[in-house]
Amino acid sequence: MSTVLEIENLRVRFRIQSSLMAMLNKNKDPYIDAVRQVSFKIEEGQTFTLVGESGSGKSTLAYAVAGLLPVADGSIMFNGDDVTKMNHKDLMDYRKQVSMMWQNPVGSLSPRMSVGGLITEAYKIHGLKDRDRKMEASRLLEMVGLPKHFSERYPHQLSGGQARRVGVARALALSPKLIIADEPTAGLDVSIQGEILNLLNKLQDDLGVSMFVITHNLNVVRHISDRTAIMYLGRFAEQGSTDDIFANPRHPYTLALLSANPEPDPEVIIKDRIELKGEVPSLMNRPSGCEFHTRCPFAAKDCDTVFPPIETVGEAHHLTCHYPRELKGLGSSDGVFHDEYADQIN
Amino acid sequence: MSKVPTAGNILTIRDLSIEYTTDRGVLKAMRNVNLDIPKGSIVGVVGESGCGKSTLISSIIGLLASNASVSNGSIEFEKQDLLKLSQDDMRIIRGARLSIVFQDPMSTLNPVLSIGRQMTDIQYRDKKTTSEKRQRSIDMLTSVGIPDPESRLNQYPHEFSGGMQQRISIAMALQAEPSLLIADEPTTALDATLEVQIIHLLKELQSKMNCSILFISHHLGVIAELCDYVVVMYAGEVVEQGTTKDVFKNPTHPYTAKLLECDPASIAKKTRSLPTIPGEIPDLVSLPPGCVYKNRCDKAMEVCDSKTPSWTEFKGGHFVRCHLVEEV
Repeated sequence: MSTVLEIENLRVRFRIQSSLMAMLNKNKDPYIDAVRQVSFKIEEGQTFTLVGESGSGKSTLAYAVAGLLPVADGSIMFNGDDVTKMNHKDLMDYRKQVSMMWQNPVGSLSPRMSVGGLITEAYKIHGLKDRDRKMEASRLLEMVGLPKHFSERYPHQLSGGQARRVGVARALALSPKLIIADEPTAGLDVSIQGEILNLLNKLQDDLGVSMFVITHNLNVVRHISDRTAIMYLGRFAEQGSTDDIFANPRHPYTLALLSANPEPDPEVIIKDRIELKGEVPSLMNRPSGCEFHTRCPFAAKDCDTVFPPIETVGEAHHLTCHYPRELKGLGSSDGVFHDEYADQIN
Repeated sequence: MSKVPTAGNILTIRDLSIEYTTDRGVLKAMRNVNLDIPKGSIVGVVGESGCGKSTLISSIIGLLASNASVSNGSIEFEKQDLLKLSQDDMRIIRGARLSIVFQDPMSTLNPVLSIGRQMTDIQYRDKKTTSEKRQRSIDMLTSVGIPDPESRLNQYPHEFSGGMQQRISIAMALQAEPSLLIADEPTTALDATLEVQIIHLLKELQSKMNCSILFISHHLGVIAELCDYVVVMYAGEVVEQGTTKDVFKNPTHPYTAKLLECDPASIAKKTRSLPTIPGEIPDLVSLPPGCVYKNRCDKAMEVCDSKTPSWTEFKGGHFVRCHLVEEV
């Protein structure tokens, strides 16, 4: 298995004050770090999932990986080339191999273009004149399970699930090596969500494409992904194989996320749920020490002053915490947070 | 007609049918819907998009689109039929006795006015001084758990996180102490930890203020945890209604059973092929005769093609619209 994408120590910053204002306010650092110290790998044919709250920097990371945002620090290696150092021509080439499924399925489709035009627009943009766009449109629609005549339709004539499928077809147009899917099932009902996830899984099996999926639905993560990272304030709190993260979560934030997941069973009362107090701190003034200590139920000595280094526990399982939990079997592979382990937490 | 006693209900909907006039013809968005919200309870509504959830909400708060018409039925709220009220009378009720929390807090709040301004503005009915209204806003923000409410009143919506914005919308909806709060997917835009916080907040406020909540969501886990009763909608009909325990433990309509099966949370084993409900919702402009779910139902019988199933009480308070139940 070869590595498709390798990201090391990535940092993405946004300017929050103009240079004049910063000078007047004597602000030496008029930036916020939306993504900080992020490293991960995506292997060929595998799915990497990123979980985190809104505002934790998930989409920023995806945009940076797609080459749509300037990177302040770190590297994004794709097939041995550093994306952050690419010129325009190389980036165009890179974007042929990495495609994006946007968060808002209808909003990302131009209302004035037909579905056929939309899904084959990439050929036009990349100057691939030898392709018969009409034929390609029917081929792509067939791949995502939509009838051929849909290429004549316009986005407003599509349902949410159909618009997602068009998004998938468009992402597949150039036979990419990597698809970045930003919240591919947000706002869909369970049945249609299942259809889209099955479609993505099937395409991955057939085409061997790698996927980078962003979501905040933990139930989805468990079924589709090989590796999972949990993001908090622009950093990875924990990352590891999905089975490992669900069966043996170590970071208190991961624990809280897993235990917060409501069960579709009225008789299950999750008594010892780890409920996080307070709100996500602002990126403009990050907490000192471990950035999670303001909400962490287990915060102790040093947490508010010393920044925890990235540690490796087990096989490719990384986390940043001074006092990682030693809770074997806490989450168990079925993703259910069992009461009997609650004593271990308290 | 349902036999459920309506006396203890805060809201009773009977045989409500709503149609939209479209270019393609008359779209029957809701047909013969019955719904009961007992006083002081939380009722959850589940269903796919396009099943009529939004039409249901708009009909209750009297904000139906201009091409909609009510062809049949009644919505009884605090002994008045909301459908018979004039626009002016409806305005008196809306926001005071009946209020709503929308899905996206950022588009609920006005971005160019401070939170304090918005919270005092909506108290226009009360004959209080501005400082009293401001104090009321501070109290409300405290009760939804916003720290340091006094100074935060001067801030603008973009200065709050998504979870806080949703708390503020809840505070505003509950400011007039309504007897019914409609929550339209209030946690969809939030992640798991904030979702739990908002659910607990709603539950806590509901018992404190003793109001009822109509909670719309397609997250089955949230419904199971929060609601006392569940209403399942499909293609503009209520197909099943009962206590949360009855519906989740003993789903009687084939659609409810499938819906519960499809939830990835209830699939214990990791799988790459998730269950789905094949087929699509029928076209509501040209509805075929018989049951609306028959084309996707794996238990469809001959009678389903010709006869529309009636609203039947399957077991005390557990109602189902399916021929399978009628036969028993």
